[in-house]
Amino acid sequence: MGIVKAIKLVHDYYKYDESGHVEGTYRALDNVELDIEAGQFIAVLGHNGSGKSTLAKHINALLFPTEGALWLDGMNTTEEEDIWKIRQKAGMVFQNPDNQIIGTVVEEDVGFGPENMGIPTDDIWQRVNESLEAVGMTAYRHHSPNKLSGGQKQRVAIAGVMAMHPKCIILDEPTAMLDPNGRKEVLRAVKELNEKEGITVVLITHYMEEVVNADKVFVMDQGKVVMQGTPREVFSRVEELKSYRLDVPQVTLLAYELKQAGVKIPAGILTTEELVNALCQ
Amino acid sequence: MIRDITIGQYYPADSILHRLDPRVKFVGTIMFLVSLFVANSFWGYLLATVFLAAVIIMSKVPVKFMLKGLKPLFFILLITVAFNLFLIPGKVLWQFWIFKITQEGILQAVKIGIRLIYLVIGSSVMTLTTTPNQLTDGLERLMRPLNKIRVPVHDIAMMMSIALRFIPILMEETDKIMKAQIARGADFENGNLIQKAKNLLPLLVPLFISAFRRADDLAMAMEARCYHGGENRTSMKPLKYHSRDTSAYLCIFLYLAADIAIRVLI
Repeated sequence: MGIVKAIKLVHDYYKYDESGHVEGTYRALDNVELDIEAGQFIAVLGHNGSGKSTLAKHINALLFPTEGALWLDGMNTTEEEDIWKIRQKAGMVFQNPDNQIIGTVVEEDVGFGPENMGIPTDDIWQRVNESLEAVGMTAYRHHSPNKLSGGQKQRVAIAGVMAMHPKCIILDEPTAMLDPNGRKEVLRAVKELNEKEGITVVLITHYMEEVVNADKVFVMDQGKVVMQGTPREVFSRVEELKSYRLDVPQVTLLAYELKQAGVKIPAGILTTEELVNALCQ
Repeated sequence: MIRDITIGQYYPADSILHRLDPRVKFVGTIMFLVSLFVANSFWGYLLATVFLAAVIIMSKVPVKFMLKGLKPLFFILLITVAFNLFLIPGKVLWQFWIFKITQEGILQAVKIGIRLIYLVIGSSVMTLTTTPNQLTDGLERLMRPLNKIRVPVHDIAMMMSIALRFIPILMEETDKIMKAQIARGADFENGNLIQKAKNLLPLLVPLFISAFRRADDLAMAMEARCYHGGENRTSMKPLKYHSRDTSAYLCIFLYLAADIAIRVLI
């Protein structure tokens, strides 16, 4: 069994009318099957309302399945007594950097998780130092989070999760509110954690460019996992992606159009270099 | 414009007072306030003045900043002094229509005036030398015994520190919404008081909505990081007493003892 495994995962949101009665349900997750191996870099793609954030919150036991089940590192998320262990092992980074930083000083925020876990003071300091170093924010440790850029704030948030020594990090659209530079900064930090520390990464996004380097891509639409495979496999199905209101990276689209027009190049080209090489052959 | 407001009034400097444990400063301030009400004679007030002056010099904070705290209290001060001056019966020194100034009145007015001024300066010494964070930490530790009577001390302290963290963010947001509404023709400047208050509505509604949304997000982020109240929680920066804190406690108690001695003996 992989580090994250979901079987027939269903989640219904209830709509209430004014007097508090259930008016109807909205199925955010519909029979999701998922198996993620430890150490992988996973990307989950999907349009707004495709259920990808709901899925993320299930991995961290912030939401519980209506039907089916989800296991994290062998622990069922519905087991009440495992809930804090699950949240420690699966760290979560949210979209809005301002709304997830609790401390008034960078280093205090990074220490927040370990404090909650009841780690002794000396160990907290060691974890904080290591985590800040891992995301390259050591120089800002005494700064107020309010004075940092968006990318820096997200790196602090990642450090805050790292200090809890998770096995898996779930990033729920971490770059949606950042400028291009901040986006690169954050992705580089995440990639490094995945490669150097061997942490499983689940990156949820709707930016195609961010998933090119992933080991596996899941595409979600209306609560279902509709496509999965390596980025190359997924991106070679341009028409299908378009039907889920997703855009493929520009290079991939160009290569696809060229192929349609009769140029002989392989399917699923992901980078500019690949396209150049394919065309020059 | 709105961003210029500073939170708390911490004045960064490197003095012995800045380095003292926040608990010492808190207890010390309360002791000083008590001493002001114990003191009732010239010598008592002289002692308080000397003590306060010594503390101010030690704090390395310019006196200007201490006096700033008096400004908003000016009217209260004026009214209190005036009431004492005119309404205390005794030996009449000067009289005009219904206003009488008595010897006792003057004495009482001076006393009250000094007490109020020292009270404000004394507490601003604490807020000027302690960061808001240290203050909440100190308060949490001092109030810990109240846990026994089911006062949620940790939760209150956590709320205070989150409020402190979000004040600048909400300020920025207010500024943003204000500009957006001005761009759409909202008027926050003109009109009488009632109109002005009414005009604030398009500012307050979006601000509240956004604040609730943020609170929701933050609660989820805290839960995701294993926050489950104060139980079994350790501290990254635990408060520890040093020898300087012990000496400071000693000084404060000696001062209070001297103050009481003066009251009793003289």
